[in-house]
Amino acid sequence: MKKYTFTEKKDTRSGFGAGMHELGQKNPNVVALCADLVGSLKLEPFIKENPERFVQCGISEANMISVSAGLTIGGKIPFATTFANFATGRVYDQIRQSVAYSGKNVKICASHAGLTLGEDGATHQILEDIGMMKMLPGMTVINPCDYNQTKAATIAIADYEGPVYLRFGRPVIPIFTAADQVFEIGKAWMVSEGTDVSIFATGHMVWEAIQAGEQLEAEGISAEIINIHTIKPLDEEAILKSIAKTRCAVSAEEHNRIGGLGDSIAQVIVKNDLVPQEYVAVDDSFGESGTPAQLMEKYGLTAADIVAAAKRAIAKKK
Amino acid sequence: MEIEQLEKVAAQVRRDIVRMVHGCQSGHPGGSLGCTDLLVALYFERMKLKEEDGKPVFDMDGNGEDLFFLSNGHISPVLYSVLARKGYFPVPELATFRKLNSRLQGHPTPHEHLEGIRIASGSLGQGMSVAIGAALSKKLNKDDSLVYVLMGDGEQQEGQVWEAAMFAPHHKVDNLIAIIDLNGQQIDGPTAKVMDNRDLGAKYEAFGWEVMEVEEGNDMASVVKALYEAKSKAGHAKPIMILLRTGMGYGVDFMMGSHKWHGVAPNDEQLAAALAQLEESMGDY
Repeated sequence: MKKYTFTEKKDTRSGFGAGMHELGQKNPNVVALCADLVGSLKLEPFIKENPERFVQCGISEANMISVSAGLTIGGKIPFATTFANFATGRVYDQIRQSVAYSGKNVKICASHAGLTLGEDGATHQILEDIGMMKMLPGMTVINPCDYNQTKAATIAIADYEGPVYLRFGRPVIPIFTAADQVFEIGKAWMVSEGTDVSIFATGHMVWEAIQAGEQLEAEGISAEIINIHTIKPLDEEAILKSIAKTRCAVSAEEHNRIGGLGDSIAQVIVKNDLVPQEYVAVDDSFGESGTPAQLMEKYGLTAADIVAAAKRAIAKKK
Repeated sequence: MEIEQLEKVAAQVRRDIVRMVHGCQSGHPGGSLGCTDLLVALYFERMKLKEEDGKPVFDMDGNGEDLFFLSNGHISPVLYSVLARKGYFPVPELATFRKLNSRLQGHPTPHEHLEGIRIASGSLGQGMSVAIGAALSKKLNKDDSLVYVLMGDGEQQEGQVWEAAMFAPHHKVDNLIAIIDLNGQQIDGPTAKVMDNRDLGAKYEAFGWEVMEVEEGNDMASVVKALYEAKSKAGHAKPIMILLRTGMGYGVDFMMGSHKWHGVAPNDEQLAAALAQLEESMGDY
């Protein structure tokens, strides 16, 4: 098991803010839009240096999405930002018609995704966004795992032509990926090679998967951990290569088990190479108020849950 | 173009509309006929469009030219006919409207790469927001051309319209000219009965718009005059709204003034009766 250490913890939304700050300096076509959540999205450095390229939309997310679609006409690259719930579920039809079906180069950047926004509760804890976004033809769906990767992804999507959903969050978590990484859309990242079980994790669950891998190693089980930061397009080759070796899989995501990363992986497995798969995900329910740590434990999204799932998957191997 | 010539174009566009809708036995003739004079006036007279050798040239960004967005996408027949007659794509392609493998989808979309279409519309309420975005893009690009958007009056019942209505004056989007097709009809009946959006002019004024009310939306001279007046009001820190009174089904007597022809196609006899009222000024496809 490859060793991962960290010296600092930060929130992934701050990685987004840092990426926007850099984009503001190097790409004159990047425009930021926000629906009354500038502080939460960490947009202040971008706005300070590029006030003319920031559009305050007020609490009008539907308008923000369609204005973003319009901004692409003329060559701008709009980054529409708000909480994940308001960036997806609230404005699904605007994204579907004005952005995806119209093929517009809009970047929908969503913070506070999943359970880990904590105390605000289920109204704000969207657990269906990956599913909704990946079902849209032509939509790219990205869920990076830490501050550095979120920053790199933010910069990378500006150079990619087409609609993107970029999902990140509020909690402060370890920074364990390289500061100078180049983010490749659609290319899974091998966190640690192993032979007994493949753990495919996305977003905040990647760090949990690393901790699970260490626990499994202590028990003599070799886990292969792969960071699926791009859920669509999915790196099928990396998945198939891994399960060809380990012959069983675990998926781990801060999302409903229906419609998320796990289902995307299951499609690959069912179609190509049938091996047992276990899900670590929210079991088709809404969240609730609580601290992020309490919620992750109650809804079964901890390293211990991944360890248990890995053992179940291994036990089912033929 | 002289008013008389514009009227001839409008007659041909109206022929196209009823023939297209008849050809696939579906689509929306009523609103299309009512907005024919407006679209002809925009594309054949008022809008500054990119052209080469007298033919329009389309690119998605539309930098340096005026842009038009159709928010009430169901009146696609009028837009398709005007675009084809203007020269954006071959006129015979109008015959493919709403048929399998056509670029002329029931509601407009850039997905099929039809020249002249920059956004999908059909799900109502989104077009003005899109037009605002395009207008902001022009401002950022230091492009002083204008952005037009047409909405329906029934469409004013969509909440997003009012998000956009609030946004445009706040951000001084004064290169935007919005038009509401005030025909007083929607699918379920008169707009005043279904969901009365009374005093639209007062509403938009209260939101901070420069509002113009045009009573003769099917009189070509009045429409052209209104469009020039609207242009003269651009660039003065306020978005411009034209409330254009039109008759649904205008130009075909038995379709006029009733919501019944919102989304119904004429049969063979009705088609013949309609065409008898409209001059074939540019040649049918």
